[in-house]
Amino acid sequence: MAEVKLEQVGKSFGATRALDSVTMTVPDGSFVVLLGPTGAGKTTTLRLIAGLDLPDAGRISIAAQDVAGLSPAQRDVAMVFQQYSLYPHLSVRQNLEFPLKSPILRTPPAEIARKVGEVAEILQITHKLDNKATALSGGEMQRVSIGRALVRNPAVYLMDEPLSSLDAKLRADLRVELKSIQANSGATLLYVTHDQIEAMTMATHVGVLDQGRLVQFGTPRDLYENPVSVYAASRLGQPRINILPAALFGGAPDRAAQIGLRPEQIRQGEGENSLVERVERLGDQTRLHLNLRDHPIVTVTNAHTDLRPGDIVKIRPQNPFYFDATGARIP
Amino acid sequence: MAQIRIRNVRKDFGAFNAVKSSTFTIEDGEFFMLLGPSGCGKTTTLRMMAGLELPTSGEIFIDGEEVGQKPASQRDIAFVFQMFALYPHMNVGRNIAYPLHSQGMPRAEVRRRVDEVARILGISDILDRPVGGLSGGDRQRVALGRAIVRDPKAFLMDEPLGALDAEFREHMSLELRALHDRMGATTVYVTHDQLEAMQMGDKIVVMNHGVVEQFGVPQDIYDWPATRFVAQFIGSPPMNFLGFHGMLGKGTTSVTLDGAQFEVPALQEGAHGDLIFGVRPEHVHLDDAAPYRGRVIATEYLGTTQIVTLDTPLGPVKTRVASHRAIRAGDTTGLRFDARTITLFSAETGRALQSHGNAGGLRHG
Repeated sequence: MAEVKLEQVGKSFGATRALDSVTMTVPDGSFVVLLGPTGAGKTTTLRLIAGLDLPDAGRISIAAQDVAGLSPAQRDVAMVFQQYSLYPHLSVRQNLEFPLKSPILRTPPAEIARKVGEVAEILQITHKLDNKATALSGGEMQRVSIGRALVRNPAVYLMDEPLSSLDAKLRADLRVELKSIQANSGATLLYVTHDQIEAMTMATHVGVLDQGRLVQFGTPRDLYENPVSVYAASRLGQPRINILPAALFGGAPDRAAQIGLRPEQIRQGEGENSLVERVERLGDQTRLHLNLRDHPIVTVTNAHTDLRPGDIVKIRPQNPFYFDATGARIP
Repeated sequence: MAQIRIRNVRKDFGAFNAVKSSTFTIEDGEFFMLLGPSGCGKTTTLRMMAGLELPTSGEIFIDGEEVGQKPASQRDIAFVFQMFALYPHMNVGRNIAYPLHSQGMPRAEVRRRVDEVARILGISDILDRPVGGLSGGDRQRVALGRAIVRDPKAFLMDEPLGALDAEFREHMSLELRALHDRMGATTVYVTHDQLEAMQMGDKIVVMNHGVVEQFGVPQDIYDWPATRFVAQFIGSPPMNFLGFHGMLGKGTTSVTLDGAQFEVPALQEGAHGDLIFGVRPEHVHLDDAAPYRGRVIATEYLGTTQIVTLDTPLGPVKTRVASHRAIRAGDTTGLRFDARTITLFSAETGRALQSHGNAGGLRHG
C-alpha cells in the first residue's frame, strides 16, 4: 500500500519520445487505469515505475521515497505482463508459491498454502493446480501469472493489459474480481489497457495518455461527462462520440470548430432530417447509422425500433460538447 | 454470387469429433456469422465450406451443386485468413493482380479489375508501394483486394479482425460491412466475439462443442435463445439465470421463485424438475415495492448506463440502469422482471421451454 508519484517524467527511445513530462499522483489505495491507443506511453510508464527502464528526466517516488537507484526488487512492486512468463518446469502450484518462497519473505508453509488456495479460487484455476505450467491454455497461463502477483502483498501492483488474451466471459468475471480484490485489500493498483470497458468499470481514476503526454486524469465519470478535448472524449463511450463540424447545427459558440455528440446528446424526433443508412441490432439496444448532409452519425435507439434503412429521423443536439480548432473543449 | 447449404455435415479428426451433424443455409448475398468459443467447430465448418477440410459425412451445396468432396480449387470461393499473408517482394498492385495473372487473364483486363477493386477499397493511391511499409489497415485492405479481385462466388473469413486493437477493429468492421453492402457478395465470417457477430451479421449460427445451438437473425437469437448456452454467450452482461424446482403444465403463465410469483409467457410444453428462469439485464427493474429482494453488491459505471449486481435468494442478478440513478453497494431493494421477455430452461438439457414468446423463433441445429 503506497502512493506513487511521477514528477515531470520523460523517456525517449532513440528519436522517439515515449513519455513527455508526465506528472501524476496515484493515490494510496486507488485503482488507476492508464488508457490510450498503442504507442501512447502506457507500458513505458509502468516499466519506469517498476524499474525495468530508467527515466531520462523527472522523479518517481513510491511511498514518498525517491526510487531512483533502486532495483526492481527493492521497489516492492508486483508486475503482471501482457505476455505471461511462467516457469515451464514447475507446476501451477509451484509457480504461484514461488514469490512467497523468497528467502527475504520467509512465509510459513501453512500461510503459503492458504494464499495459493485463495488466489487459485479467485482466478478459477483450482482444478489445474497440479498441472505443469506448460500444460495450460493461454488464458490459464495468464491467470497463473496474475495469481503470482496477487499472492504477494507489494506496495504497488502494476498490470499491463493482463486480461487481453482471455475470452469475453472470463474477462468480465475477472474485472469484477480484480476490482473487489483491490477494493477489499486497499492495494494501490496501476493498470494499463486500451479496453475502455475495463477502464470505466474498474478504475477509481483514469489517466488518458496521448503520444507520451498525460492529457486528463480523473474519475471515469469526470472523463465521460467532462472531457477536456476531442481526444479525451473519444476514449470513452460506445458507440464512440460523434465529432462533427460545429456549423452543422445552429447555436454553436463563436470559437467552436467542432461539436461532440454522444448518443444521449442527440435528441430524436425533432430538428434536422437525417437519413437512416444502417440499423444494427445489438440485442439490448439498436444502433442507428445516420447520414446528415453527408456526415455520418451513430446513435442508439430502443432495441425493437421499426426504423429501417432509407427512413428519415429528425435529430438535434442536446447539451453537446463544443471544441475549438485545436480540439480543446470550450467550457 | 451464391447460396451455401450445409446438410448433416460431420467432421472427425481421428477419435475427436469436431463438428456434429450441422445443418443450416446461407442465402445468396447474406453476411453470415459463425459464432462460438474456441474449439466449438466454427473454423472447421468454414474450412469445410472452403474445401480445406473434407467432411467425414454430410453434404455441402454451393449454388445447388454438391461440392462436399471437391478440392478448394474447384469451388470458386475466396478465403481471407486472420493473418493476412501478402507477397513481400511484390508491390500492392501486383499482390492484388496475382490471382488474375495466375489464371492467365489478359493484362489490360487485369489492370481494369485491379483499378476497380483499389477504388472500392480506397487504396488507389498506394498501388505502386511495396507492401512492407504499409499500415495494418492497408495490409488488410490489400489482402481483401486480393480476395475480391477474383470475383468469387463467396467470401469466407476466419476472424479477419482478430489481431487488431479495439479502435482499429471497430473501424475495419464498419468498413467491411459497408463493402459488403456495396458488393452484395455472400460472406461467411467466423468470430468468437458476440458483439461483432450481432453488429455485422444478417444471420448468426451459434456453435458449441461441435453442435449448432441456434441459427437465426441477431435480434431473435438475443431475445429468444434456444439454449442456456446461447443465452449466456450472447449479450453483455449475459442473461441472468435463477434456478428453481418446479412442475409446470402446458399453458402455465406464472412461476414461483422463493415465494414470489412471476408471470411468464404461456408455456406450450410441460416440464418438471430443476428449471431455470432466464431474464436479460435490461428487463430487470429495481422497484422498492417488489417482493423479490436483493442486496446490491457491485455497480459498474459504463457512461450512459451502469451495471448493478445484486445478491438475491436464488443467485446473483445483474441489471442495466441509467447511470444518473444513485445506487450504492449494500442497498437493499426489490426486483421486478419484464414478464413478456422471460425464457425458462430445463436445467438438465439446457434447452429453452417452448412458450408463447419464443414459438416460431427457435431453430435448433
